[in-house]
Amino acid sequence: MDLNELIELAEKEILGRKPLRIRICTAAGCLSSGAKAVKQAMDAAVQAAGLGEQMEVSEVGCMRLCCEGPLVAVDPENTLYQRVSGDQAASIVASLNGGGPPSATKGDFSQPFFTRQKAIVLENSGLVEPERIESYLAVGGYQALYKCLRELTPAHVVEEITASGLRGRGGAGYPTGVKWGMVAKMPAERKFVVCNADEGDPGAFMDRSVLESDPHRVLEGMAIAAYAIGASQGYIYVRGEYPLAIRRLETGIRQAKRLGLLGSQIFESSFDFKIDLRIGAGAFVCGEETALIHSIEGQRGVPRPRPPYPAESGLWGCPTLINNVETFANVPAIIREGASWFASIGTEKSKGTKVFALAGKIKNTGLVEVPMGTSLREIVETIGGGAPDGGTIKAVQTGGPSGGCIPASLLDTPVDYESLARLGSIMGSGGMIVMDQTTDMVDVAKFFMEFCMDESCGKCIPCRAGTVQLHRLLSKIGSGQGTSHDLATLESLCEMVKHASLCGLGQSAPNPVLSTLAYFREEYVARLRDHAEGNGRASAAQSAAL
Amino acid sequence: MAVKTLTIDGTLLSAREEQTVLQAARDAGIAIPTLCQLDGLSTVGACRMCLVDIEGTGRLLPACTTRVAEGMVIHTKTERLQSYRRMIVELLFAERNHICAVCVANGACELQDLAIEVGMDHVRFDYLHPECSVDISHKRFGLDHNRCVLCTRCVRACDEVEGAHTWDVAGRGTAARVITDMAQPWGTSETCTSCGKCVQACPTGALFIKGMTVAESRKDRSEIGFLVTAREKKQWVV
Repeated sequence: MDLNELIELAEKEILGRKPLRIRICTAAGCLSSGAKAVKQAMDAAVQAAGLGEQMEVSEVGCMRLCCEGPLVAVDPENTLYQRVSGDQAASIVASLNGGGPPSATKGDFSQPFFTRQKAIVLENSGLVEPERIESYLAVGGYQALYKCLRELTPAHVVEEITASGLRGRGGAGYPTGVKWGMVAKMPAERKFVVCNADEGDPGAFMDRSVLESDPHRVLEGMAIAAYAIGASQGYIYVRGEYPLAIRRLETGIRQAKRLGLLGSQIFESSFDFKIDLRIGAGAFVCGEETALIHSIEGQRGVPRPRPPYPAESGLWGCPTLINNVETFANVPAIIREGASWFASIGTEKSKGTKVFALAGKIKNTGLVEVPMGTSLREIVETIGGGAPDGGTIKAVQTGGPSGGCIPASLLDTPVDYESLARLGSIMGSGGMIVMDQTTDMVDVAKFFMEFCMDESCGKCIPCRAGTVQLHRLLSKIGSGQGTSHDLATLESLCEMVKHASLCGLGQSAPNPVLSTLAYFREEYVARLRDHAEGNGRASAAQSAAL
Repeated sequence: MAVKTLTIDGTLLSAREEQTVLQAARDAGIAIPTLCQLDGLSTVGACRMCLVDIEGTGRLLPACTTRVAEGMVIHTKTERLQSYRRMIVELLFAERNHICAVCVANGACELQDLAIEVGMDHVRFDYLHPECSVDISHKRFGLDHNRCVLCTRCVRACDEVEGAHTWDVAGRGTAARVITDMAQPWGTSETCTSCGKCVQACPTGALFIKGMTVAESRKDRSEIGFLVTAREKKQWVV
C-alpha cells in the first residue's frame, strides 16, 4: 500500500456512491431504540420501490441527539428524521422518489444543539460507516499515518503533538506530547501503546460512541503514537460491557491489517505495529492505569503506587504509553491540520475540543463536542435545551464519581481543566449529568459513594474501609438519623480518604460529597436530627458554625 | 554506590541511594508505623500507615515504596499524619470482628500494637460486623477471616519466599478475602506445602497454628485423678 493506492481506494469509494444516501445511526443508543428494524425496513422499501440504483442505505455511527433516536439522515439534502420506526421507512423512501411528505418526524440540523458544536473527534461520526474501512479512507483516513511515516521523524511527531497543546482526555489532563516524549526517550527495546477504553463513569458514553462510530480513527491515532515512541505492539483495553464497540474494533483491526495499514511494514516502511484487544471484566478500577496494566498482564486488577509511572515501567516492566480513546481520536486531525490549527481552538491552557455525554434532567440528551472554554451554561442551556418539563437546573455533575456538583449559580464557568478543578470538580472523561430542582444532593453524594464503595478494589485501607463508612454516614444523614457529630466525622473521613488512598479512585471518591457540602451544605444540615429537633444538643453557636 | 543526604523529622542523615525512606528512617532510629510491610517481602504501599509528608511533593507518599533522594525534607509525625493513622486503624477495627480477648494473637498482634501506638481509645465508626468464615480444614493451621486485615503478607510470603503461590485475594472492596488455590478449603489445597511461612508473616491472629486458640485450650482435668490412682493403687488406668 502506498499513498496513490490509498487515494485510489478513497476515490473508488466516493465514485461508487449512489445519488441518494440514507444514513441510519447504528450506535448503541439508536440500536436500543430500534435502529436495526429501521435499517431492515429501509432496505426492503428501497428494494420494493426498485430504487436500488439510485439509493443506498448506510449503517453509520452516532449522530449525537441520542434522545430522539433512531436517527436517520438523508443525503445530499442532509435531512434529519428522528424517532423513526420501521413502518415509516417506506414513506421516507417514497418522499425521496417524488412522493408526498414522509410520515416520519423531521429533525432540525440547524438547531443550536448541532450548530453550536465543533466537531474534531466526532467529525466523521454519523457520516462514515464504522464497519467499512473504505468509508473511513474516503474521508482521508490513514493519510495522517502515511504523512507521519513518510514525511516526519518520530521526534517531529512528538513535537507536533506537544505544540498542539493536546492534553489527556481521560480526566487528569496531562500534556499528551510530554507523555509521548517521555516514552520516546526511554532507551528500552520493547515499548507498548495502550488505549484506555475502560470508560466506566455512570452516565458517560463518549468513548463508546467514538469506538462504535469511527473506530479506525482510534486505530490510526494509536499507530501514529506507536511510530512516535517506537512501539510495535498496542493494546486496546475495552470494557466487556461494550460488545458493539468490541465487534467494530475487531472488524476494523482485521480490515486495516488486510490493507497493510496495521501489521508488518506499514506503507512499505520499516514500521511494524500490531493491535490486540483486551476485554475488561467489569471492574471500574481497571480504568486506573496501573490496575489496567496488571489486568492486561493477566493479574488481579489492582493499582500500585506511582512512581514509577507507566512511561518508565508499564506493561511487563517496559515503557508504556497509555492514552484514552478521545486523546488518540484527536491525533489524526492534529497531524492532518497541523498543531497551530489545533492550538487555535480552546483556551490558553486547554486546547481543542471536549466531548461530553450530556444526560440527566436535560431536554437534549446526547453527545456534545464543544471547544474548550465553552461555558457550562452554553452546554446545558443552549445546546442541551435546559431542563425538560419547565424544570430549573440546580446543578451539573461533571467527572463521574471522581468529580463534583457545580451549582447553577456557577454555570458561567468556562469548561477547561483548571476552572473545573477550582470548583472542586474535574473535567474527567466527559460525563455531564444535569440535575433539576427535584434532585436531592445528599442522595446524589450517596449514589456516587455507593458506586465507589462497590468498585473499590480493596487493596488500600482508606478506600476499602473508608468508602463503606462514608456511605453509612451519608445513609444515616440522608434518612434523618444523623447528628452534627456525624457530619463532622463525615468531613474528616472525606479528608483522610482523599489524601491517604493509593490510587485515583479512592483519592477522588470523596469529591461528590465535598462538592455538595461546599455548595449545598444546607441540605445536609437540614437533615440532622439535632438540627431538626432543636433539642439543645446543637447549640445556637454550633448551628451558626455549621 | 551513591549516598544521599536527607532530613527526617529535623534530623539530617545519610542513606544509600537504593534505600527507601522507611529503611533510612529505621536505620536512623526513627520509627514509622507499618502494617503491610514486612522485611524480606516486596512492598505494596497498601496499608497507608507509613504515609509521610515530603516537602515539595504536594501529596503524602508511603515511606515503604518511596526511594530516598538528595535533599528530601520529610516529616513523619505531623498532627495530620497522626490523625490519618489513627483513623486507618479505627477503620480496620470496624471492618471485621477483632475481639482481642479471645484472639490467639492477643498480646502479640501488630494491629493491637498499632492501636496502642496511635492512641486509639475508641472507634468512631460503625462496626460492620461482617459474617466471616473460619477455615480449619488444614491439618496444622487455621484461617480466621474475622481477624484478617488484607495486608497480603501471607500472599507475598507464599509467592515470593516459598514459591508456592497458594494464597491470593478474591473479591473486591470490603468483601475481598484471602483465598487458597481456587478459593477452596485450605486443607484441600494442592499447592500448599504446609511450610507455615504465611502463618509467621501474618500480623494478626488471622492465620494461626492449630491448638493455640482460646477455644482449643482444653485442660485435661482427669490427669490429677489418674496420677493419684497410679500413686496410691499402683494402677495406671486411663
